[in-house]
Amino acid sequence: MDSAATANVKTTGTGKTRDRGLSAYRALPGVPDELVTADGTLRPLWQPLIDHLQSLTDEGLTRATGRADQYLRDSGVFYRQYGSGQSVERPWPLSHVPVLIDEADWAELTPALIQRADLLEKVMADLYGDNRLVAEGHLPAALVAGNPEWLRPLVGVRPASGHFLHFVAFEIGRGPDGRWWVLADRTQAPSGAGYALENRVATSRAYTDVFAGQNIHRLAAFFREFRDALLGLRGARDGRVAIMTPGPLNETYFEQAWIARYMGVSLVQGEDLTVADGRLMVRTVSGLRALDVLWRRLDGSYADPLELDPASRIGTPGMVAVLRQGGLTMVNSLGSGVLETRALMAFLPKLSLHLTGTKLAMPNIATWWCGSRAEQAQVMAARARLVLSPALGTGLPFDRQGESIPGATLTPEELAQRLAQEGPDLVAQEAVTLSTTPALIDGRIVPRPMSLRVFLARTPTGWQVMQGGFARIGASTDPTALAMQRGGSAADVWIVSKDEVPAISMVPPADAPDRRSVPGALPTRAADNLYWLGRYVERTEGIIRLLRARHIRLAEGGRAALPLQKLMDAVLKGYGVDGAAGLPPGLLDTLGAAVATAGQVRDRFSPDGWSALNDLDKTARRMAGNVTPGDDAARALSALLRKLAGFSGLVHENMYRFFGWRFLSIGRQLERSSSLTGALAAFADTKAAAGGLDLCIELGDSVLTHRRRFSVASSRESVIELLALDPMNPRSLRHLFDGLNEQVQTLPGAATHGQLSPLGRAMLRCQVDIATATPDTLTTAALQDMRGKIAGISDLLTEAYLR
Amino acid sequence: MTLYAVRQSIRYDFARPTGAGRQLFRILPADIPGRQQVRESGYAFQPDVGERGEFRDFFGTNVIEAAMPPGLTRLALTMHSVVERTADDSLLDLSPPLPGLAAELAAHRSVGSHAPHHFTLPSRRIAATPRIAAFAQDLRNDQRTVRDMVETLGRALHDHMIFDSKATSVNTTPEDAFVQGRGVCQDFAQIMVGALRRLGVPAAYVAGYLRTLPPPGKPRLVGADAMHAWVRAWTGEEMGWVDYDPTNACFARNDHIDVGFGRDYDDVAPVTGRLRLDGRQSGSHSVDIEEITS
Repeated sequence: MDSAATANVKTTGTGKTRDRGLSAYRALPGVPDELVTADGTLRPLWQPLIDHLQSLTDEGLTRATGRADQYLRDSGVFYRQYGSGQSVERPWPLSHVPVLIDEADWAELTPALIQRADLLEKVMADLYGDNRLVAEGHLPAALVAGNPEWLRPLVGVRPASGHFLHFVAFEIGRGPDGRWWVLADRTQAPSGAGYALENRVATSRAYTDVFAGQNIHRLAAFFREFRDALLGLRGARDGRVAIMTPGPLNETYFEQAWIARYMGVSLVQGEDLTVADGRLMVRTVSGLRALDVLWRRLDGSYADPLELDPASRIGTPGMVAVLRQGGLTMVNSLGSGVLETRALMAFLPKLSLHLTGTKLAMPNIATWWCGSRAEQAQVMAARARLVLSPALGTGLPFDRQGESIPGATLTPEELAQRLAQEGPDLVAQEAVTLSTTPALIDGRIVPRPMSLRVFLARTPTGWQVMQGGFARIGASTDPTALAMQRGGSAADVWIVSKDEVPAISMVPPADAPDRRSVPGALPTRAADNLYWLGRYVERTEGIIRLLRARHIRLAEGGRAALPLQKLMDAVLKGYGVDGAAGLPPGLLDTLGAAVATAGQVRDRFSPDGWSALNDLDKTARRMAGNVTPGDDAARALSALLRKLAGFSGLVHENMYRFFGWRFLSIGRQLERSSSLTGALAAFADTKAAAGGLDLCIELGDSVLTHRRRFSVASSRESVIELLALDPMNPRSLRHLFDGLNEQVQTLPGAATHGQLSPLGRAMLRCQVDIATATPDTLTTAALQDMRGKIAGISDLLTEAYLR
Repeated sequence: MTLYAVRQSIRYDFARPTGAGRQLFRILPADIPGRQQVRESGYAFQPDVGERGEFRDFFGTNVIEAAMPPGLTRLALTMHSVVERTADDSLLDLSPPLPGLAAELAAHRSVGSHAPHHFTLPSRRIAATPRIAAFAQDLRNDQRTVRDMVETLGRALHDHMIFDSKATSVNTTPEDAFVQGRGVCQDFAQIMVGALRRLGVPAAYVAGYLRTLPPPGKPRLVGADAMHAWVRAWTGEEMGWVDYDPTNACFARNDHIDVGFGRDYDDVAPVTGRLRLDGRQSGSHSVDIEEITS
């Protein structure tokens, strides 16, 4: 019947169409497919997209998918692949065909998902309340008491908001009969919503016209409502909301940083937080600031090393104490991971009847807890189509590397023995079958298994379901190989409406009540990272300039330059850099430190800035292997310098001028002051090697200015004038100190009752010193003394703001 | 009935001023109706810390919670309490034979703090390990009652181990202590807990105090100069929990004063939480239990 499908295809664009594998596209035997019905008829919903794919030339298709991939690369979307003992960032594997679902079908799912979320809330309230479900025999005690996700210190702690769950996700798939099933509940700290949004942006770039031409529900409404819900949970209007991340090494850190930026709330780590006066506080450069709402993205047991897992290095001691006192709304409540327990699915159908009096509208994957005789008998009878796995596991059905055993691989005797010995530790679940959806592979459309993650957020008007989701697409037709770690990919989900859909953005309508979050006080850790990012970037630039000058001199040759080169090597050695190498490891180390530091504060950067810095790092590392000293190295270093200027420009142009930018900027200026002072002390000394004065001018990027101002050969006096004392030269010490002084005096707490802080005093003294100096008084010894004072300012700054 | 005055003091000296920190202290004697009654209780920090409070943890232990201000060079916590202890004199063994315990356990529908279900599985500090498992398995006798099994195991462990306060640290695993055959009350108790769980007997770790000065004519009990630890085993619905002290090879009668119980040392550690330290710290810890003759 595929001829029917191809016959339907209208011609567009060039008038010529390509098959794209459609004529050979068939649903797999006994498996429902999203694109075609069992008899091979194309579902009308897909017609516009299929028409478009068939109208594109091969190059056109490559360009379209290339736009999506380009977007993902540019935004820095990646996922983390774990290998033997280490993990690496990999490009985001986007499947370029979205999953299309009819709005009417979707509308049927919505109440079922909300019913399940409400049921889980009730189960949670019982497990952390008076535990009647166990007492009345609805749940086995061992399943609760033996569960590592049931966090005893939270038992009896009522959530400040009145609800335990605020944001949940369900992994769903279609069974052989075409109905949707729940494969897993995600209640701990569900990931994927941000990725859904990134998949959306990327996919809509690939098919701009199709996307615009069809009525596809937007995702922004969901995020806006949830952000407003979070802001609404604050006690007072000026309260604070933050997202808590386990840190940059977490698998989904990108998404956490991204959502924080998208929703306009701050991203914090455990070490940013402390507990005081029964409240959770963020350490900021302006002092401690209380948090009202925390959306955690780390597992509950890591949240508090004092009362939960003592081995946790990413939590905050006292977090549980704050919750006990009702001083914080936690999204979701600590301990909500217990609801993800696989064995719980065996009981949910009955719990639904018991707790709500209604049947589950959407079944979950059939599950038997093997702790009772009756269920063991059922498992024995149905063993061929069942899979055994740990009862208390929480992994997704297709992501249980090595922990599950198909019942068919065991003899009845083996199975009986396992059930007798470890029954209570096991669940049996029906083997997963999933529907298929089209994927583009080598320009052809082929069916691939799919599961869908759907997201629900609690708002004042009840649960809202995201009109879309995060689809996983299998690498092969094997429905157990969906995980990205095993080659699976991700796809956008289009909920297609017959009618026009409202266009919604994160910006609220003009008449909406004021929901702005307070411009966040800068967390101490973020300030520290920005300060050091500034220093590392500037240090990288300083090293590059010095190295380039050295290699230019090497290329120009001549014995006369040798003493100066030796002097330069000595200065480079001070930075841990070997001057003789083309692109020395010491340079790459400094650059690497800049990238690592930037990675810690990725939520505070534009994606452009981040990719510029990464591009610089990658280029340098690529060059390092094959650059030879001399002219080759000088050219390579010039190229790096231009890329570095690109990064600096992006940051300078785009970063909001608040505390964050200020610390970055202070870091740069302090580092530059220090290296310039050092260079003048080394190269402008009266006893320095010949050529030192010109080198200073070159390092200070002031060759033209010097020529214009002095129009004579350089002298120590002219060099000190221009590079130390001239307030108009943006690269002079005087200019740097003027800028630094201004920045420092506007930091919080810089002056109390007109009295300068120790930092403010030290900075002002430096500025005055340089403003009153002359080339005669600014001797090499005075410069060395000045460099010590600059180091002292860094210490004072750290003491005052960065601890 | 015996009346005790319990005093404990914990002192630290820091080489350099500390950073801020939070700590939990589980040192207050428990109030247990019919068994142990706290008549008087008080504690003080020197110097006084900023925020402090008390709460009851999941297992019912009274916990002192304190936020330490930064800049401490020394810290002391002193506690005194007057406790009335009633002797456990249940001499009748009402526990089922060992194989009958599983059914009683499965029928027990509770996850409250005293439910046996918390104490059946390996825990963070008491893993299932081969040597302790073999030790338990060798002693297994399905003809014996659970209480009898507890005593048999406790005596055998007491014979195997030598009390040695230098041989282990607070972080020594039960398996290592067992293999060495040396340790302190913490080691004795955690090994026995592990062995009992291996036999299917729910077992908890109990922390508390032990009478320092023996009654006239009785020998001094071991382990009394610090906090003490022993074992609480669930012997079925009828008899419930019994306390056994493997360090002294006896059931607890009225020499043992409860602070709290949990799955292992972590649940009842006297001090939890670190201060941010720059330099070295030295500390001392003293416990004094005195019988008050009324």
